[in-house]
Amino acid sequence: MVIGTSPPRRDGMDKLTGRSLYSDDLRPDGVWYGATVRSTRAHARLRSVRRSEDFDWSNVVFVTAADIPGLNVVSLMTDDQPVLADGLVRHVTEPIALVAAPTRELALEAVRHVLVEYEDLPALFDPLVAEGHGVRIFGEDNVYKRIHIEHGTRTNTTAHLIRGRYTTGLQEQLYIEPQSMIAELRPDGGITLTGSMQCPYYIDRAVKRMLGHDRVNVAQAVTGGGFGGKEEYPSILACHASLLALAAGRPVKITYRRDEDLRATTKRHPAIIDLATLVSSDGRLLELHGRIWMDGGAYHTLSTVVLSRAILHVQGPYRCPYVDLEGTVVATNTPPNGAFRGFGAPQAQWAMERHMDRIARHVGMDPLALRRLNLVVDGDVTATGQTLRNPGGFAVLEAAERAATAPVKRKHVRPGVVGAEMREGRGVALAWHGCGFTGNGEAKIRGTVGLELRGNQVAVLSSSTDIGQGTETIFPMIVADTLGIPMSRVFNTAHDTGFVPDSGPTVASRTAMVVGGTCEKAAQRLLRALREAHGEGDFDTLAARAAAAGTPMRVNETYEVDASVQWNPDTYQGDAYPCYGWSCVIVDLRVDVDTGEIIYDRVVTATDVGKALSPVLAAGQIEGGTLQALGWATQEEVVLDAQGCMRNDRLTNYIIPTALDGPEMVTELVEIPYEGGPFGAKGIGEIPMDAPAAAVAQAIEAACGAVLDSLPMTPERVFAAMEAR
Amino acid sequence: MIVRFNCNGRSVQVDTPPMARLLDVLREDLRLVGSKEGCGEGECGACTVRVDGEPVMSCLVPVAQIEGCRVQTIEGLGNPIVHAVQTAMLATGGAQCGICTPGICMSAAALLDVDPHPTPDAVRVALAGNLCRCTGYQKVIDAVCGALAEREA
Amino acid sequence: MLRCEAPVFRPRTLDEAFAMRAAMPDATVLAGGTDVMVYLEGGVLKPTRIIDLWGCPGMRELRFTTGGQVYGAGLTCTDVLRAMHSHPLLRDAAATVGATQIQNRATLGGNICNSSPAGDTLPVWLALRAEFELGCVRGFRRVPASGFWRGYKKIDMQPDELLVAIRVPALAGHMHFRKVGTRMAQSISKVVFAGRYSVGKEACLAFGAVGPTPMRCTAAEAALVSGASINEVVSLVEQEVLPIDDIRSTALYRRKVAGRIVRRWLDNLPRA
Repeated sequence: MVIGTSPPRRDGMDKLTGRSLYSDDLRPDGVWYGATVRSTRAHARLRSVRRSEDFDWSNVVFVTAADIPGLNVVSLMTDDQPVLADGLVRHVTEPIALVAAPTRELALEAVRHVLVEYEDLPALFDPLVAEGHGVRIFGEDNVYKRIHIEHGTRTNTTAHLIRGRYTTGLQEQLYIEPQSMIAELRPDGGITLTGSMQCPYYIDRAVKRMLGHDRVNVAQAVTGGGFGGKEEYPSILACHASLLALAAGRPVKITYRRDEDLRATTKRHPAIIDLATLVSSDGRLLELHGRIWMDGGAYHTLSTVVLSRAILHVQGPYRCPYVDLEGTVVATNTPPNGAFRGFGAPQAQWAMERHMDRIARHVGMDPLALRRLNLVVDGDVTATGQTLRNPGGFAVLEAAERAATAPVKRKHVRPGVVGAEMREGRGVALAWHGCGFTGNGEAKIRGTVGLELRGNQVAVLSSSTDIGQGTETIFPMIVADTLGIPMSRVFNTAHDTGFVPDSGPTVASRTAMVVGGTCEKAAQRLLRALREAHGEGDFDTLAARAAAAGTPMRVNETYEVDASVQWNPDTYQGDAYPCYGWSCVIVDLRVDVDTGEIIYDRVVTATDVGKALSPVLAAGQIEGGTLQALGWATQEEVVLDAQGCMRNDRLTNYIIPTALDGPEMVTELVEIPYEGGPFGAKGIGEIPMDAPAAAVAQAIEAACGAVLDSLPMTPERVFAAMEAR
Repeated sequence: MIVRFNCNGRSVQVDTPPMARLLDVLREDLRLVGSKEGCGEGECGACTVRVDGEPVMSCLVPVAQIEGCRVQTIEGLGNPIVHAVQTAMLATGGAQCGICTPGICMSAAALLDVDPHPTPDAVRVALAGNLCRCTGYQKVIDAVCGALAEREA
Repeated sequence: MLRCEAPVFRPRTLDEAFAMRAAMPDATVLAGGTDVMVYLEGGVLKPTRIIDLWGCPGMRELRFTTGGQVYGAGLTCTDVLRAMHSHPLLRDAAATVGATQIQNRATLGGNICNSSPAGDTLPVWLALRAEFELGCVRGFRRVPASGFWRGYKKIDMQPDELLVAIRVPALAGHMHFRKVGTRMAQSISKVVFAGRYSVGKEACLAFGAVGPTPMRCTAAEAALVSGASINEVVSLVEQEVLPIDDIRSTALYRRKVAGRIVRRWLDNLPRA
């Protein structure tokens, strides 16, 4: 068995020796470089878009919306976002026109010589007034989606009413490899796209609809991080590169500079969350009333699903007999927000965990005791009426507490960087996270995996990309163990839509659990097929017979949704997720009371992963997500100008944690198996984003008394909160 | 301008504007694409190479300053024998998406040359100029701390 | 990658450097490149020609004189950290510049002449009463650090001059360096402080990132020397600094933190 061990990752040595080729490392013969003309206005009519006459355009191609052969739409959930603005821009940085030239410098120079005349329109930036506002951005009322859930019975006992507002800001995914895509013309007049991406089939569909034909294939290059930022956005680069390649009659590569990537690409949705609870005097939650506003930006992207996940997680891992939740995600004239690890759940649980701390203060209870009292147990029912079976809240809490009894090694900090006046604090937070798509999402996707016998080796064909999380390693492990052969004989093929089936997007903590589960079933199907064709025997015997017979052997397996999972998308009642992961985070930090600076000393996490298919890869997901959450908690802030454009569009000003900022991480993997996942595995990609920020806030409060309910908790805000005490 | 330098043990010469970034000379002229561009302004460290043994951001070094120097890139670090830090990173899971990995290996190798058994705090200082968004750094630090310890054991 | 076609001139001696500078007062002076290369890539600097002092002999030495130390302008932050006898205050500052890769190229002279108000090492020179030695074909002159930065990115330097060295007198007293940056490394200062205090004799409270230039709080210094209470000194610091709101922090935060740093340092000094 290789499952449960940690073989070196398949792509590891190539990455460690610099041999892996990322999109910008590829240089097809005759490639030109593309660049994008972007709106400088938040909301405007385009009076004209033309090329300046004082520039030599002879060696530059120029493309506008008029050149789009098919639909001028970035296909995703709705068709509201154009590939190139046609007469109207709804946000700053919106693509208006494209250029390509033999060198990147010339392309960037050409962009500066495209003259755009705007007629400014009133713009809307405040999500709290967006609904029904006179400035119309989307539909009749600027509301992308509203969701309401009411469940349970109201209390008739006397109780404390506790209210709070909790907010979160934009966050950039900040994959270290900027967005990049190459379009090449095929001999049949079609287009091959190769680039940095999570979801080849999103791009496949988007480019086909834009071109108006199906002669398109999409292949993933080695991808330097995604975190959601390369879920839907790369479709835009792919459409752009395709248009330029057609216009230029040659391959075109678009690689964003970092500043452009920061200004133009999607961010985590900001949220404003009001919670009101009725709580018994001994600390039991009786009623939870929640109101969530999210800012979707100027186009829909995936906003309704982000809101959905926020609503479904806002209750946190706590029992509450009555919940009344309403959420709205609205349009504003800011760059569209989109997928980002956690997908609404981190914002929601930040709010609920802070609210639990507020309740604890109000009723005079220890925050952890309050959580214990309300933590869900077997048989408890969620806001959607789903009965929880064997929830892991107590298991992860106990595992984290056990690990956190070890003394904290305080980080040595260089002289001059922090002062003498440091106060220590510890914070504990809990989270749950629904694994995979919500409700019947998988039934719509019908993700498929192919297995192909090649000699005595087995090829795994899927569109599930490796963006660092380890797909190239996990799938072969699952297939190898199921077939009873060494992992060395199983490999993933390239993720090219020209020959792999659509196994669904690489998102939502679903790849190992759902597609990995499909790999397991595909391997069983392959064994059955071999036995039907070649009699009894182990895999090696059968493979040898198949080889001798010379008949190709290929099976496809499509994910079958567990029939017991019932979900009503209209009432939002039923089984929201097939299973849940659970996590507990214990943060030990110090606050410099002179400056509000935070030193992270140690973070203990305990996470229910179902089954650690590869403990090293699993821990890697959790540790990376945890640091991303710490960045969100105290460092990462997007500063917008009056047009809604990101001002801090450089890595020197958009601050993510360095190795010196990160804490020692102690990572406990708890295994409460999910029978629907391969070998019991649950999805783990996103849950590490959920609990850390709240644990940090509680630790800051413990250290210096500062109470913060808004993210990020920058030193400026911590300082102000200390002063306000 | 003709610039001559030693790259990964070999003498090379390139004809380039003197202010060309070393990173571009490596990637475009020499086709050594293991050094990555994450920001273009010396913040992320994905382009880290060693010049006369010292790690530098190759996006901030004009090639004119490399004349006569010894440059080592990721392509030269593990060649012919994989460096201990690369082996250790593979074992601990220090590489995920891999885009920062070449730069991290170069910074780590420079540290290990002067401090073969570094403390975690020392590794954090040495790698503070290499941003990683995937790992949370813990497994990278584990790898660098143990890189030479394991070999000697 | 923005292409820069400017020719680069690399002097082999200091005299050759002065001659080049005299002949090309329009040229951009390059040292370790950690600022210049960022400006080039950002498109904010379009040099016609460049004088490259990196590797110019005679500029990368730390010498000792009877009166103190002389730092070559071409010394890097790493050089400072490795030298046995570099000044502890300067050492603390050098360790907070960028991270290792930046420290390996960033020079003392580059930090001084780039004259960013947030330059990490700059308050140190104020605190240490340093003098900058400027050279040109006409000869040498010394400018005290306190008079060198004359306004936002304006320095007391003629078009034909180059910064050759920094002279630091031997001084006694309590010393303190503190940088409050955007994070623990690879960070730009939000407030940076260097202080020196000989009880009852002399004080220097120098800040960066709280005004258009690195600055001293002279009224607070005078109050401190004359025995005023810490509260009075801190209050004067808060009045004297001239911070602004910008992309990295707020004026209010900077003003208060400047005061806090001074208070904490003075509070922790051993009582005379």
